[in-house]
Amino acid sequence: MTTAVEAVVETREDLSQEDEAPTPPAPRTWPVFAAMWAALILLTFFSLLYGRYNLPWQSWWRIFAAPDSAGLESIVLLQVRLPRVLAAILIGGALSVSGAAFQGLFRNPMASPDILGAYAGAGFGASIGILFGYGIVGIQTLGLVGGLAAMLLVWTLASAATRLGGDPTLTLILVGIIVREAGMALIRLTEYVADPHGKLAAITFWLVGGLSAVTPHDLEFAAVPILIGVVPLLLLRWKLNVLSFGEEEAKALGVNPWRIRIVIIVCSAMISAAVVSIAGMIMWVGLVIPHFARMVVGANHKALLPASFLIGSCYLLLVDDCARGLFALEVPLGILTSLVGVPFFLYLVFRTRMERA
Amino acid sequence: MRISAEEIAAGYRGKAVISGISLAVESGEVLCLLGANGSGKTTLFKTILGLMRPLSGRICVDGEDIARWARKRMAKTIGYVPQAHTPPFAYCVRDVVLMARSVHSGAFASPGKRDMVIAEEALDRLSILRLAHQRYTELSGGERQLVLIARALAQQAQVLVLDEPTSNLDFGNQVLVLRHIKELAKSGLGLLMTTHFPDFAFLCASRVALMKQGRILALDSPEKTLTQESLEEAYGTPLRIVEAGLGMRVVVPRLN
Repeated sequence: MTTAVEAVVETREDLSQEDEAPTPPAPRTWPVFAAMWAALILLTFFSLLYGRYNLPWQSWWRIFAAPDSAGLESIVLLQVRLPRVLAAILIGGALSVSGAAFQGLFRNPMASPDILGAYAGAGFGASIGILFGYGIVGIQTLGLVGGLAAMLLVWTLASAATRLGGDPTLTLILVGIIVREAGMALIRLTEYVADPHGKLAAITFWLVGGLSAVTPHDLEFAAVPILIGVVPLLLLRWKLNVLSFGEEEAKALGVNPWRIRIVIIVCSAMISAAVVSIAGMIMWVGLVIPHFARMVVGANHKALLPASFLIGSCYLLLVDDCARGLFALEVPLGILTSLVGVPFFLYLVFRTRMERA
Repeated sequence: MRISAEEIAAGYRGKAVISGISLAVESGEVLCLLGANGSGKTTLFKTILGLMRPLSGRICVDGEDIARWARKRMAKTIGYVPQAHTPPFAYCVRDVVLMARSVHSGAFASPGKRDMVIAEEALDRLSILRLAHQRYTELSGGERQLVLIARALAQQAQVLVLDEPTSNLDFGNQVLVLRHIKELAKSGLGLLMTTHFPDFAFLCASRVALMKQGRILALDSPEKTLTQESLEEAYGTPLRIVEAGLGMRVVVPRLN
């Protein structure tokens, strides 16, 4: 009673039973996360200790206990180093989380808010704010409007172009670059019309990107929008997995893709605007860090987003320490992140090509 | 459970690709959808899954129109098994199956212990539990197809809609998938699947719908639907149906 077809089925069955090894246990992620937390805490301590002005940790307690009587030491620790270190942690983490969310949202490992022009849009809005001499809230609001406008433009143009055919990954990146360049041109226009004896220097200095000018006041006003942006992204991280399978599958799995897309884009634009308003254009962090994080904890966004935050924080602390100490003169942070990011992007391009070949 | 399409017309930009389609899938049966490329199989599929709105007619579950159903309620009823694909990220197999559990949790929730158990049961049902911690992107096409079926099982939908589940698979894997499909129907699920091979409809279908140019040519048991005349009309090529013994039939195309 065995036909050819059934015979094939039988063989298959035998084969599958033969190599039916016991299911290996799921790899545990908590040791990895413990290591990342430890690295972040150590780097934070190091960054607070590190600098031209010698501040041994024994003196910290005295400074925290009575900041007014500690004089210069208190200013260096509480007004300069602490805000700078906290800003690096928040900005590095937030940029990386929004980068990871963008890569899931666009199903594209080369996406991030800075590559796709959200950053340039936010930068244009913020530079107008500086031009008109607005305070930090005004600069951030204009930055948010600029970032959202850029994202809307990229989304509309990329979906229109993809409908005509071609590689959607490439199309999105190309449209993003075009919008980003338009944003950068507009930023240069604001530089051109700015008063050369005052505002021009402010815009140029801010544009390079860095944490050297972060004040406690800046930090207070940027931390709120950054956290409001990061928390929903972290909460939605499981849904990002579903979304990365594409629109139709997400719908068939009971997830409304549009609601999640809007939340992610608004949150990322908010993060971009807040970061740009206090630290200028810090590029490439959002693209590079999620890839590191994926190598460490895997593709699942449930672990990827928190890991991106921790690794991003460590990374920016480290790069900022380099910016402070590598040379006699402080190197702008934005330049260092680009110097690391550009070769990494090239590496990604080559690796994707090699995987396809 | 019975999912029925009633006098469906559907298409793009108001232009109907399919029209006058009526069919129903019931629990415990495999309904096979056959037809040439461009005959409207995919359009019908997307309409039944609620991914496209019908231009006229309605999709009903046990007689209730589902036009106003929320996504989640739809997903708890109808599960979608796409063709084996490669997502942009290398998720592990258990995570891919767990994604189906979003249907049963809130917007901000991640799957819990119970969801893990359900996902592993779904994998075990298709005898691929051993793949649970492998990377989905590194599996063979046949394994990936089984993982996607497991995902639809973890969704706990009562009717599965499978889009060419045997395409891009080698012969052995095609048979493996067909065997699982038949078993799932036996366990009480309703299955609607498309295929390019009439032979597969003979092998595993309870009923077959043969489509041509957006309409249903015939809808009945495989033996009644798939005759030499109807298949020649649907595919526009001369062929012969051969008895292979033991009640099995195969379709043999004639090249000259």
